[in-house]
Amino acid sequence: MSTIKTTCPYCGTGCGVEARVTPNGVDIAGDSGHPANFGRLCVKGSALNETVVPEGRLLYPRIRDERGERDTRRASWDEAMDRVADGFARIIDAHGPDAVAFYVSGQVLTEDYYVANKLMKGYIGSANIDTNSRLCMSSAVAGHKRAFGEDVVPVSYEDLDHADLIVLVGSNTAWCHPVLFQRIVKAKQRRPQMKIVVIDPRRTATTELADLHLPLRPGTDVMLFNGLLHALHTGGHTDVNFVDHHTHGFQGALSCAAEHAGSVAGVAAHCGLDPELLESFYKLFGETRKVITCFSMGVNQASTGTDKVNSIINCHLLTGRIGAQGMGPFSLTGQPNAMGGREVGGLANMLAAHMDLENPEHRAIVQGFWNSPRIAERPGLRAVELFEAIEQGRIKAVWIMATNPVVSLPNADQIKRALERCELVVVSDVIENTDTTPFADVLLPAHAWGEKDGTVTNSERRISRQRPFVEPAGEARPDWWALCEVARRWGHGDAFAYSGAHEIFDEHARLTATANPTPGSDASGPFRYLNLGGLTGMDRAAFDALEPVRWPVPPDGAAATDPARHAPFSDGRYFHPDGRARFVATPPRAPGHSPADDYPLILNTGRVRDQWHTMTRTGLAPRLASHTPEPFVDLHPEDAREAGIRAGELARISSRWGSLVVRARSSGEMPRGTLFVPIHWNAQFSSDARVGRLVNPVVDPVSGEPEFKHTPVRAEPFAVDWHGFVLSRQRLPMDGISWWTRMTGAQFTRYEVAGRQRIDNWPAMARRALGVRSEDTDWIEYVDSASGVYRAALVVDDRIEVCLFVSGRPDLPSRAWLSSLFQKDRIDNVDRIGLLVGEPLDRTSDAGPTVCSCFGVGQTAIVDAIRNRGCDSVEALGAALKCGTNCGSCIPELRKLLSGAEVPA
Amino acid sequence: MSVARTPVSTDTFGPPPARLVVVGNGMAGMRTVEELLALDPTRYRITVFGAEPHGNYNRILLSPMLAGEMSVEDIMLNPPQWYADQGITLHAGDPVVAIDRQRRTVRSASGLEVPYDRLLLATGSSPFILPLPGADLPGVVSFREIGDVETMLAASRDGGKAVVIGGGLLGLEAANGLMRRGMDVTVVHVMDSLMERQLDKPSGALLRKALERRGIRVLLEARTESIIGTDHVTGLRFADGTEIEAGLVVMAVGIRPNITLAQAAGLHCERAIVVDDTLQTLSDPRIYAVGECVQHRRATFGLVAPIWEQAKVCAAHLAGAGHRHYVQQATSTKLKVTGIDLFSAGEIVGGPDTEDLVFRDPRRGAYKRLVLRDARIVGIVLYGDVGDGPWYYELMQSRQDVRALRSRLLFGRAYCDEHPSSEDLREST
Repeated sequence: MSTIKTTCPYCGTGCGVEARVTPNGVDIAGDSGHPANFGRLCVKGSALNETVVPEGRLLYPRIRDERGERDTRRASWDEAMDRVADGFARIIDAHGPDAVAFYVSGQVLTEDYYVANKLMKGYIGSANIDTNSRLCMSSAVAGHKRAFGEDVVPVSYEDLDHADLIVLVGSNTAWCHPVLFQRIVKAKQRRPQMKIVVIDPRRTATTELADLHLPLRPGTDVMLFNGLLHALHTGGHTDVNFVDHHTHGFQGALSCAAEHAGSVAGVAAHCGLDPELLESFYKLFGETRKVITCFSMGVNQASTGTDKVNSIINCHLLTGRIGAQGMGPFSLTGQPNAMGGREVGGLANMLAAHMDLENPEHRAIVQGFWNSPRIAERPGLRAVELFEAIEQGRIKAVWIMATNPVVSLPNADQIKRALERCELVVVSDVIENTDTTPFADVLLPAHAWGEKDGTVTNSERRISRQRPFVEPAGEARPDWWALCEVARRWGHGDAFAYSGAHEIFDEHARLTATANPTPGSDASGPFRYLNLGGLTGMDRAAFDALEPVRWPVPPDGAAATDPARHAPFSDGRYFHPDGRARFVATPPRAPGHSPADDYPLILNTGRVRDQWHTMTRTGLAPRLASHTPEPFVDLHPEDAREAGIRAGELARISSRWGSLVVRARSSGEMPRGTLFVPIHWNAQFSSDARVGRLVNPVVDPVSGEPEFKHTPVRAEPFAVDWHGFVLSRQRLPMDGISWWTRMTGAQFTRYEVAGRQRIDNWPAMARRALGVRSEDTDWIEYVDSASGVYRAALVVDDRIEVCLFVSGRPDLPSRAWLSSLFQKDRIDNVDRIGLLVGEPLDRTSDAGPTVCSCFGVGQTAIVDAIRNRGCDSVEALGAALKCGTNCGSCIPELRKLLSGAEVPA
Repeated sequence: MSVARTPVSTDTFGPPPARLVVVGNGMAGMRTVEELLALDPTRYRITVFGAEPHGNYNRILLSPMLAGEMSVEDIMLNPPQWYADQGITLHAGDPVVAIDRQRRTVRSASGLEVPYDRLLLATGSSPFILPLPGADLPGVVSFREIGDVETMLAASRDGGKAVVIGGGLLGLEAANGLMRRGMDVTVVHVMDSLMERQLDKPSGALLRKALERRGIRVLLEARTESIIGTDHVTGLRFADGTEIEAGLVVMAVGIRPNITLAQAAGLHCERAIVVDDTLQTLSDPRIYAVGECVQHRRATFGLVAPIWEQAKVCAAHLAGAGHRHYVQQATSTKLKVTGIDLFSAGEIVGGPDTEDLVFRDPRRGAYKRLVLRDARIVGIVLYGDVGDGPWYYELMQSRQDVRALRSRLLFGRAYCDEHPSSEDLREST
């Protein structure tokens, strides 16, 4: 089969991917022609082939006839669609259009998004459609709209190559946007004079690259940037001409900054920073014209998120550093199509195509274009409020699409209560069992990546195609198709009669150009920068051939005469009615909840390098499991000591809203008083590691984005009687195990387990648990009862089937070599001898923990190459072992090993 | 030791050489003589009496000889010529029957009377014969001497059925030998587990399985009531009334130290001839004793390692270089059955103050157990995978603290060298 060009479904970088189906599976490579990545892929992208598998897929529509029943039954699409259409219709008839809602996702395609938005706002007549993008970048959207008058990202990846200073705020770019990070690394190598500043409470893989790291106190970003604004102005860096001619609100913002952040010493004290360090940052920023400030979840996910965004933008406006090459504020989005969702208006506070709900002219344009019976007139409920409304019974039907709110929303147990109360819950997903699917009355199988057909937009406004290259699993269908089926059942078939994604895209593109005046066109109406007029009229073939393209793409003729086409604001024109940008005064506010006696620490959440969201896909890839094999809490060694928690043991972290139990570590990355728990793990992968349960349901008043980065918590030891792990070819039930976590290995599943009940007879217990009944079974055991140590392995036909290691202390042997045994068809006697040691007889063949996931290079080999093979640089290691030469995301760890620093345990 | 030595006359230089008489031409006595010759070849004129009509041989190798893996030549230690070469007078097949401590002479069965300045008793032990009806029937043998082996070999020539009473080390070696010689062999053991003094139940069970796989039947908790037969043994009757057929019965139920001679001479004996830390008898400073006939503190001896040590100490004292003391050491056992590897030493039962490390790999036929007390090895049972036995034994003997090795100890020396207790490596990020 030929190679299909498509787009990666993970972060907002939007890398081009080449997929080729072979008899042995799917080959994945970076698309060297794609301008987002020029052939590079990160480790998650490189492992996409391991996620294009049948395991766990939801193959057919399923219906749960009785609430609370464990099992669903298979249904036809017809029956399932009837159930959805009738259920929604009944509730709308009885309680009005605002009694129903869609909760969608930054992972559905623009076409799905468009149809969902059209159905809700134009045909149901409500704006109750919100999305997990609310959790991700809605503060950036709100900040952009306040400052620019439209949600426009004014920077491109190419600008990064030209900047002299890149400020990364609240962004672990190295792990969360690895390909972009590598681009920055390369640019800095090319031009060593380029400076990198990282503003983040944590010391992360990203800070390794930084010339300056400002580990500010969590939640004090606004103060820091207010201080910068003030310092820039007093330092004479104000671009008076730009401010005078192109902005509005300068005095208000400046006096606010002066009032609250007038002294560097005061700001430094407030932010917990060394005043000299802060001063040097202000100076560097002031003296460097080409500055890009990249910001991500550390900025957005806060109750002051929108103010943080504007406090950043204020600094760029003050200095006029926007709208030219190599400068500007740059929101790095977390999802593959958060941007596409924004474009079609798939959020509760937008209408469509960058038009506003509250604007009657906009509503008239959209309703006229859709020729729809209704048009939503006021904003709908945003994610957190939406689920509160469900719990309160104000919303009685919800259709959840491509997202897992029981894991990802704050106060996540509230989501469970809400869904339990909700009369009709429809879930469209690619995976049958998620934490959310047990609440579904109707489950609809959706196209997965590799089956999906449509477009996504990345962080730099680049539209790229996701193209199918495998047959859909079972009866999986596109989400837009299911939405259209419902519309058809409601009698709106004509308005939803799409024969394919290209027709939806065409409609979307035409809407962006409708009544959108551009130079050289005769359209009249409210100007929107988002204009895809040049992409209309594509038939299926043209759509299939669509090359990655940054918007706007105005109608032919307009493009040539519009200098701002690819450089918004280069003409000094902003999209408020007066054409000026806005300064926004941002008086600093404390986070929603401050630490208190009972909850003295601050919980921060985020991603780890090799997992994605709720692991429904990355959790399938063995290659991605080994970097961070289990959920953890990272905390400062002193905080750990005070709480009586030892690294490597389990800890319970509790907030007012909920608690979890995970492995404690002290990597040295956390400042005092703060701890970090990754967002990924959930009930499918661990007994009790869903961090959403703990997160405070505080939202930004403007954007509605939850404060994921600041929840007061306490930490305490979770005492267990034994620790253990199991590697097994078969999945095992974990019922009755006090604590467990599961990960996917190559031909095995790994479980980390721990128990609070003392087990006196491990041999009997292990046999029972692993179903070993016959005396003739090839079953190897090691018992040291006095130490609470038990180890056993089951071998079938000379192949290892399962092994179990237990100890009274968390001193279990490395899983690396044991894992490799599962790839052997036959283990020999030497393997058997090492089996229960967990080490091969010849120690050098143990790779140790994986550092480079791309080439599977372990720590042992790297340390050996450094010590014995004279490798003294990342390049030398790469030449010798290939590690770090593909995605490069392990390079910070390679550096750490090279510098002899301890690897975080 | 085969280099001929001509006794040098010391007449012109000092007193004439003293006279050393050795009673017993077995392994203990001759090892002592060899050690003595190495220390001082001229001190004594040596006379050796032996009950068996051979030179000295390695009794331990009777099992391989029975199994057909070795010939009688292979097991000979010192042929008659060796004695001549050393200037030793050997009286083989002529046991000593009396000691006159007053006159310091011994008298042999043939009436020979030999004076001594020093006397070394190495009379060994005799197989214990169960006092059963029919125990004296032809075809009932023990397993102790070359003669016993010859009897068994003769019986096995026509195949037939053999019963070995006793599931200890010796009995199992006899059973294996007879099986290899083509006989249909049943081992009858009164205890519920084979080799219960050396093996714990799991390893005993593995051993039983291994023997049964070879075609040896094993009857445990079988109390023999009588041996049946009129002019030759024909079978065995058990306490529960059942019978089995047998044309050959080998009794291997233990040994009795040979102390009649010593007792008659008025030497203090308990279960055996009591000696002090220099192997001197308590009753007579001119008389020493070594080997299976002695009792040191509470212990008697049946394995070779402590006896070699006794020989060394005793020889030193006989040579007048009396600085050594015999210290009892735990002993280790191996079964000389080809293809069955086991190693046992020390306290294999354990108690409330001991801790066990246990490894089981039934498929590979491996079982290992170490008994620890206060972080020291006090017992070793290895079955099937015995390579590390000597190392464990050394750790046990030297009372080494094994705390740091504990997590890897049972997996063998290869896992313990260089990286003690390095298991705290968790998977890292």
